[in-house]
Amino acid sequence: MSFELSREHEDFRKSVREFAAAEIAPRAARWDKEHTFPVETVRQMGELGLFGLTAPEEYGGAGDYGDFTSLCVAIEEIGRVDQSMGITLEAAVGLGINPILTFGTAEQREKWLPDLVAGTALAGFGLTEPGAGSDAAATKTRAQLVGDEWVINGSKQFITNSGSEITSLVTVTARTGEREGGKAEVSTIIVPAGTPGFVVENAYDKLGWRASDTHPLSLTDVHVPADHLLGERGRGYGQFLATLDDGRVAIAALAVGCIQACLEMSVQYAGERTTFNVPIGAKQGVAFQIADLQVMAEAARGLTYKAAALKDAGRPRAEFKQAAAVAKLYSTEAAVTATRIATQVFGGYGFMEEYPVARFYRDAKVLEIGEGTSEVQRILIARSLGLPVE
Amino acid sequence: MKIVVCAKYVPDATGDRKFNADNTVDRVGVDGVLSELDEYAVEEALQIRDATDGEVVVVTVGPEVARAAVLKSLQMGADSGVHVLDEAIHGSDSAATSLILARAVERQRPDLVLCGMASTDGGMSVVPAMLAERLGLPQVTFASEVVVEDTTVRIRRDGDAATEVIEATTPLILSVTDQCNEPRYPSFKGIMAAKKKPVETLTLGDLGIAADQVGLDAAWTRVDGFTERLPKSAGTVVTDDNGSGADQLVSFLVSQKFV
Repeated sequence: MSFELSREHEDFRKSVREFAAAEIAPRAARWDKEHTFPVETVRQMGELGLFGLTAPEEYGGAGDYGDFTSLCVAIEEIGRVDQSMGITLEAAVGLGINPILTFGTAEQREKWLPDLVAGTALAGFGLTEPGAGSDAAATKTRAQLVGDEWVINGSKQFITNSGSEITSLVTVTARTGEREGGKAEVSTIIVPAGTPGFVVENAYDKLGWRASDTHPLSLTDVHVPADHLLGERGRGYGQFLATLDDGRVAIAALAVGCIQACLEMSVQYAGERTTFNVPIGAKQGVAFQIADLQVMAEAARGLTYKAAALKDAGRPRAEFKQAAAVAKLYSTEAAVTATRIATQVFGGYGFMEEYPVARFYRDAKVLEIGEGTSEVQRILIARSLGLPVE
Repeated sequence: MKIVVCAKYVPDATGDRKFNADNTVDRVGVDGVLSELDEYAVEEALQIRDATDGEVVVVTVGPEVARAAVLKSLQMGADSGVHVLDEAIHGSDSAATSLILARAVERQRPDLVLCGMASTDGGMSVVPAMLAERLGLPQVTFASEVVVEDTTVRIRRDGDAATEVIEATTPLILSVTDQCNEPRYPSFKGIMAAKKKPVETLTLGDLGIAADQVGLDAAWTRVDGFTERLPKSAGTVVTDDNGSGADQLVSFLVSQKFV
């Protein structure tokens, strides 16, 4: 049993860390303050191959060289300096590229993937609606096949990467009919950016992840060709579930980056800041809390990369699914705790935007919500244990 | 076009630096990296290769750990590497280093030899010129822009007072500055692909060099001793009291001979 990543994964960590330190860290505070989505940085991340780590070579990806673990390394390291760009990468791959790669036809893959993998385009995944988040089956958006076109009406909300200047498409879930017994038939359809009737509303004013591109979307009599159906008709819900398992581990990796940042900032500050003539790190009240951060970082990292390793090893779905939920639940809750501790270590300065710790404090909360809330993870874990939980 | 890049493994400038008992730089016991200034030479070589459908070979001289400089270059995209490894090399000065590099480079019969503008440890900037002398090739140093068209190479040199544009023909030795490009970060694909790329390890014997031609005993210069830099002082704080701050600042700058 090995508890280490490979030498190549560690070399890659160094490469992404240097990239993030030079290209992202110096600008992250400004992007956050001004709610700027840095398209040029996305393109640079594309040049570094970050969007293609799990994509085949024919679309410009890393092919057999790449794996899910390397994607988690990249998300962790980007997230260590900027959670907004970490979620941009996570969503671009997990929610943008993955559904098309997994369920797309040869034509759909050839048409959309090369630009998405290169980082010259982004795709969003339009699932959440004003009345349907965790309860995806409550989807109200409707798509009707009229002749050889889908006509889509409805609205979506909280959709990441859906309205940037390089967004090329949004994949939306929609009711395409009813099954026997009145249950909704939900399918997934590709809506290219700029399609008439497809309106990207103004970006949200968010507590955190302020540099990430998140919008409400409205669809009014949007016509797309019938061949824009992604995967099988009526399989939209199942497809969405499959997409989320991978995404959970990727969010856990983002949380690991957040905890690591809190740990490093706290260790440094506690060594420099003095009160009563000693560094505050000499006080047990401070030092013990920072010791706890180390435990959180190691535990979260262990759970996250175990889940990633299960995915890369092609282990059974049920085993991976449970590991993904465990990693997501623990890492994200630990990240929220870690930001609270780091802010406390920084004292009054922790409450000032002058230090990045305040930004991490605002960014962390959504980790417990996006791509399956903590409550949903507990349900999944309880069910995997055979409990009859609702 | 076949391009050879001379790459040096140096102590990481952000880490600790140590010296051996013989006053040579400790390259084994500290964290090391491919010299940052050599990354520009590697990047330039990769760009020229891609434009000319050529090949990039990276050559390094140094102890076992110096192989990391070759590996980083391969991860960035170089095609193959050469590592000259021999205990007798320890303590070599720049003249000896240029001899070893010259022998290793000429075996490759390159069209173009690229070097960084200086190493980040020794910082002498003399190896490219010595290499040119030993190989009998023309040299252009401190290139801030390199444009290759067939066998013609146009080089821009940015000086303090003027900018020169020099045209030369291959074979040629160039040193490039940190202005000529933005070195790429290795991608995961590049890192994985580097595992399979060939690295040839050569000894002094393979290059026809006798052990007494190189090393500390053959060096023209020797470090007799060193002292650690004094720790940073707290600095001087100028407080603007009743508008006297500017005067205090000027006095300080004058006393330190800054103005």
